[in-house]
Amino acid sequence: MASSTTAPQATLFMRPTQRTGLASWLTTVDHKKLGILYILSSFVFLGMASVEAFIMRLQLMRPDQQLVSPDTFNQLFTMHGLTMVFLAIMPMGIGFANYFVPLMIGARDLAFPRLNAFGYWVYSLGGLMIYSSFFLGGAPDMGWTGYAPLTSLSANPGMGVDFYAFGLFISGIGTTVTAMNLIVTIVNMRAPGMTFMRMPVFVWMMIITSFMIIFAFPPLTIAFVQIITDRTFGTLFYVPAAGALPILWQHLFWIFGHPEVYIIILPAFGMISEMVPTFSRKPLFGYPVMVLASILIAFMGFAVWTHHMFTTGLGPVVNTAFSLTSFIIGIPTGVKIFNWLGTLWGGNIRFTTSLLYAIAFIITFTLGGITGIMVAMPTFDAQVHDTYFVVAHFHYVMGGGALLTFLGAVYYWFPKFTGKMLDERLGKVGWAFIVLGFHTIFFPQHLAGLMGMPRRIQTYPAGIGLELWNFMSTFGTFIMGIGLIIFLINVIQGFRSGKPAGNDPWDARTLEWATSSPPPYYNFATQPVVNSLDAFWAYKHPETLNVEPIDPRTAGREYDAGGIHIPGQSWWPLLASVMIIVGSYGLIYDNWILAIISGFAFIFTIFAWAFEGVGGHHVHPELQGGAA
Amino acid sequence: MPIGWLWRALPVALLTFLLAGCNLADEQSVFAPVGPVAQEQLGLFMWTWYLSIPVMLLVGGVLVYVIVRYRRRRGDDSIPGQTHGNVLLEVVWTTIPVIIVILVAVPTVRSIFQLQTFTEAGEGDVAVTVTGYQWWWKFEYPQYGITTANELHVPVGARIVLDLQSADVLHAFWAPRLGGKVDLIPHQDNQLWLQADEPGVYHGQCAELCLGAHAYMRFRIVVEEQDEFEQWVQSFQEPVVQTVSSDQRVSQGRTLFAQKGCIGCHSLDNYAEGVSYGQPGFPELTNFGLRHTVGAGVLDATLENVAQWIMDPQTVKPGNYMPTLWAEDDPNREEEATAIAAYLLSLGADQASDRAQTVAMGGN
Amino acid sequence: MSSAADVAAHTHPLTQDQPGLPGSRGAITAHGWRSTRLPDVKLLMWVFLASDCMMFGALIGTYLAYHNRSLVPPYPIDVFDIPLTTVSSFVLLVSSFLMVLALHSLRIDDIPRFRLWTFGVALFGSIFLGFQVYEFVHFVNAGLSIHHSLFGTTFFILTGTHGIHVAVGVLWLLGFLVQSYVRPTSSKDAVYLEIAGLYWHFVDIVWIVIFTVVYLVEFV
Repeated sequence: MASSTTAPQATLFMRPTQRTGLASWLTTVDHKKLGILYILSSFVFLGMASVEAFIMRLQLMRPDQQLVSPDTFNQLFTMHGLTMVFLAIMPMGIGFANYFVPLMIGARDLAFPRLNAFGYWVYSLGGLMIYSSFFLGGAPDMGWTGYAPLTSLSANPGMGVDFYAFGLFISGIGTTVTAMNLIVTIVNMRAPGMTFMRMPVFVWMMIITSFMIIFAFPPLTIAFVQIITDRTFGTLFYVPAAGALPILWQHLFWIFGHPEVYIIILPAFGMISEMVPTFSRKPLFGYPVMVLASILIAFMGFAVWTHHMFTTGLGPVVNTAFSLTSFIIGIPTGVKIFNWLGTLWGGNIRFTTSLLYAIAFIITFTLGGITGIMVAMPTFDAQVHDTYFVVAHFHYVMGGGALLTFLGAVYYWFPKFTGKMLDERLGKVGWAFIVLGFHTIFFPQHLAGLMGMPRRIQTYPAGIGLELWNFMSTFGTFIMGIGLIIFLINVIQGFRSGKPAGNDPWDARTLEWATSSPPPYYNFATQPVVNSLDAFWAYKHPETLNVEPIDPRTAGREYDAGGIHIPGQSWWPLLASVMIIVGSYGLIYDNWILAIISGFAFIFTIFAWAFEGVGGHHVHPELQGGAA
Repeated sequence: MPIGWLWRALPVALLTFLLAGCNLADEQSVFAPVGPVAQEQLGLFMWTWYLSIPVMLLVGGVLVYVIVRYRRRRGDDSIPGQTHGNVLLEVVWTTIPVIIVILVAVPTVRSIFQLQTFTEAGEGDVAVTVTGYQWWWKFEYPQYGITTANELHVPVGARIVLDLQSADVLHAFWAPRLGGKVDLIPHQDNQLWLQADEPGVYHGQCAELCLGAHAYMRFRIVVEEQDEFEQWVQSFQEPVVQTVSSDQRVSQGRTLFAQKGCIGCHSLDNYAEGVSYGQPGFPELTNFGLRHTVGAGVLDATLENVAQWIMDPQTVKPGNYMPTLWAEDDPNREEEATAIAAYLLSLGADQASDRAQTVAMGGN
Repeated sequence: MSSAADVAAHTHPLTQDQPGLPGSRGAITAHGWRSTRLPDVKLLMWVFLASDCMMFGALIGTYLAYHNRSLVPPYPIDVFDIPLTTVSSFVLLVSSFLMVLALHSLRIDDIPRFRLWTFGVALFGSIFLGFQVYEFVHFVNAGLSIHHSLFGTTFFILTGTHGIHVAVGVLWLLGFLVQSYVRPTSSKDAVYLEIAGLYWHFVDIVWIVIFTVVYLVEFV
C-alpha cells in the first residue's frame, strides 16, 4: 500500500514534485500553502478596495466637489463593494479555514486537495479578471448588487457588467467547491474521538458557513447566468420591454445576499470563539448554545432576504413577515455576545493584540446589531434604506465585525503560519489607529444618512447639513489608513525578523498548536487522538477538565500503520481555471473561436485531472522533539 | 485605566449631545418631520434608540467590569476555573433579547399596516402619478389634468397619494421630512402616501442608483395653503405661453427657444392638445417662472443659474441628457443663454408675488 | 477513473473495528483516518446535489415568476405536446431503472451485464436528449426562441440546463464503458458508478419536477 507512490503514469505532463519555488506554489495541493495564498490574495484585494474607498472619501470630503466624474465614482463604489464582499472578506475567512480546519480536526489535508487548488485558482483569477476591466474600457458601474435593469445592454452598453457577471460567476464556483470540500473534510476527517460536539467552534462555524454557501450560491450563479445570457445571447430575463420583472433579480440576489452576510460573519464568530477563550484561559462559555445559535442563524438567514427590499413595494404582509424573522435572527446573535462576555468573566485575561481586536469586535458588532434591529423595521427602513445609515450599519457588521476579527486572527495565528511572533507593541498601536479610525469613518455616516444623504451619490449639495459628517468620515480614513500601514509593516517585519514563537506561544486550546510552527507538510507526525473538547488544553492541563490525559500528538500511532498519505501535486487545477478564464474573455469579446477552443481545452483538463488520479506517496515521519 | 468605558460612553454621549445640541433638523433631515408619516417613522427610531441605551450600557458595563476585574496581574499565571456554562444565566440572557425584540416588534407591525396598506386616493386627497426618468421627475395630477416636473405642489394637510412608475431603470422617491421612500420600478405599480402639515419647500432626492447624474436627481415639494395650491393648478390648466413683454431680452429668448430646438423636447403649455412642441418624455417647463430650482433641484432658479444651466448643462450636472447648444468659443453663447433664461423665468411671472411668499415661508 | 490504489483508498477502507480505540465508528483507509464509513466522493456528490437543488430551484422559480407574462405568442399551451414529452419522460425513467441494474451488476462483478446496462443508460439518456432536440427544433419552427418572449427565454434556459446535466451524465457513463475496456474494472469501482447513479437519479427526479410544473400544470 505504501507503494502507491505513483510510478509516473501515462499523463501528458510529468507529475510536478517541486517543494520550493514558483512551481511549488502553482501546483500545490497542500491546504496550508493554499490557505496562505487565499489569505495573501484576499489582503491584496483588500488593499485595492481600500484605495477605492479612499478616493471616494476624498471626493465626498467637501460638497459639490468634482475630483472624480460620476462615472468613475460609480465604478469605484461598485468595485469597492464587490471586492470587499467577494474577493477580500469572504475569501479571508475561507483562507483561514483552509489552513486551520484540517489542523484543528487533526487531519492531513482537505478531502479533495486538487479540488481545493482549483477553488483557489478560479477565485483569484476570476478576481483579477474583474480588475482587468479597469484597463479594458471601464469597470462595472451599477453597484455591487447589480440591480436590474441597470445591467441590461440598453441601460449599460459598456463591458463592465460582463466582467462583473463572468468574474463573480467564476469566483462563485470556486467558493462553492471549496465549501463542498470543507463539508466533506469536516464530516469525514475528524480525528478519532473528535465527535461533533468536541469540535473547535471555528470548525463548527466553518461547516455551517459551508452549508450556507452551497445553498446560497446557486441562486446567485443562476442570476449571473441570466445576465450573461441576456447580454451575450439576447435572452430577455431582465428586459422590461419584454415584460420582465426587475424585482426578480433582487429576489435571486438577496436569497444569496443575506446568507452571504452570515457567510462572512460566522467565520469571524468562530475566530472570536477561539481567541477569547485562549486569552481568558477558560473554555468558551455555553459551547452547545453557541453552536445551536449559529445553526439557528444559518436557517433563519435564508428567511430574511426581503428585508433588503422593504422599499420595493411588497406590501404590508410580506414586510411584516420578514421584519419579524429579521428581529428573531437578532436573538441568537445577542446570545452570542453574552456568551463571549461570559467567557471573559472570571478569566485570567491577557490583553494581547488579538484580544483587543476581539473586544473591539464585541463593541462594534453590538452597535451594528442595534442599527440592524432599527433597519429591520420596514417603516423606519423606508427613511434610511439606501442611505449612509445603512452604509454605516453594514460596515459596522462586516468591517467592524468581520474585518477587525480577521486582523486579530492574523495576530493570533501568525506564529503558527511562520513560527515567528508579530510585534505586540506595534500591534497595539496599529489596533488603536484602526479602531479609532474605523469609528471616525463610520459613526458619522449614521448621521449623514439620517440627515438625508443617499448612498452611491458622487456629490452632495452644500447647506443641508452634510458637511461635518462627511468631513469627519474622510478624516477617519487617514487615521485608519495609518493603522493599516502599521499593520502591514508589522507583518512584513514579522516575516523577516519576528522573534521565534515556539509551537504554542499562547497556551492555546486546540489541536493546531500541538504541532510545530510552521507545521510540517504532513501536519502531524501521528494521527492525533482526542477525548474531549479543547483537546490540546486537556492534554496540557488535564486536572482542570477532569479528563484522562492523552497526548493527542502520539496517541494515534495505530491509525498511521500504512504511513501518511501525501497527495501528489498537479498542474490541472490551475490549467482548468485558466481555461475557464480564457473562455470567459472569449465570450465577453464575442470571440467564439477562442471560447469554443478553451471550452474543449477545459473538458480536456478535467479528463486529464480525473485520469491523473490522486497520486502521491506515503511518509513515515519520526516524532520530532518532545512536548510543548 | 478604564479605556473600555470611554469607548462605550463616547458614542452614546456623542449621539446624545448631537441630538440635543446640534442642528440635526436640516433641509433633508429625518429629524425634522413635517407630517404624520415622517413623525411615526422618527418615533420608531427614537423608541429603539432609547431601548438600545440600556443594552449598550449593559454590554459595555459588563465588558468594562470584566476587563478591569479579571485582567491578568503581573506574574499571575494561575488557571481560572474552567466553567463551561450556566443554564440559568443562559436562559436569562436569551430572554433579554426576546423581550427587546417584542418591545420593538409590536409598534413596528402596527406602523407597517398604518403606513403601507394600499389605499385609493379619496375625497380631499391629492393623487399624483410620479414617473422617474434618468435623471428627473415627472409629476402628473390626474384629478386636474396637469403635469409638471421636478417640483411637486401640494396643499397643506392633505393626504398625497403617489403612484410610482419608472420610465427606464430603478429610482426611489424620497422626501425625508415628509416620510420614507418607495422605489420606482418598471412594470410595477408602487404606491406611497405622504402628508405635510406645515407650508414650506421641502427637499427630496432619488435614493436608488440610476447611473449617470443620479446624485443630481433631486426635487422639491412645495406645500401651500389650499387656495394657493388651487391657484397654482389653475395657472397650469391655462398656461400663458405667449407672454407679452416689453423686455427685449424676453422676446429674443422666446425666439431662441424655438430656433435653438428647445421646443423639440420641452413643452411650455402642459402638453396641451393641438400644440406640436414638446414631448412627454422630457421635463415640461410650463410656468417655469414659478420654479424654485433648475436642473432637477440642482441650482436655485435665478437668472444667472438658469443661464448657466442652459449654456453648459454638462458642467452643472455631469452625465445628463441636455445637449450643449453652443460651441465653447461662440461669442453669443452667454447672451443667448441669458435671453432664453429670461424668457423662461418670465413664464407664469404674474404669480411671482405668490412665489416670493412661498419662498419666504419655506426658507428655513 | 483513477488508479486502482486510489479507488481502493476511497472505496474499500480497511474497515477493521478498533475496539480499544476511541472513535471506532470510523475507518482507517490508505488515505488516512476517516471518521465515518462513507467514502469521501459519495459525501461530495450528496453535497453537490443539495447545491444543485437550489440551482434548479432558482431556474424553476424564474420560470414560474414569468409564467403568463409573455407579451407575444406562442404561449406554452400552443406548443406543448404532452404525449410526446410523456414518452421522453418515460425513457428517462427507464434509464434510471437500468442504472440500478448496472450498479448491481458491477457490485457482483458481472462485467458483461454491467457494460450492457451502462450502455443502456447512456443510450436512453441520449434518446431523451434526442427528444429534447426534436422538441427545441419544433418550438423554434413555431416561432419560439430565446430572444422571442419571456416564455422562450425561461423555458429554453431551464430545460437546456437540465439537458446539459443529462449530457454530462451520458458522457460520464460512456467514460465508465471506455474505462472497462482499458483498465481492469471490478466491484471495487462500484462507488464511482454509485455516485454517477446518484447524479443520474437526481437529474431524473428534476425532470419529473420540470415535467409536472412546466408541462402538466399548463393543462390543469
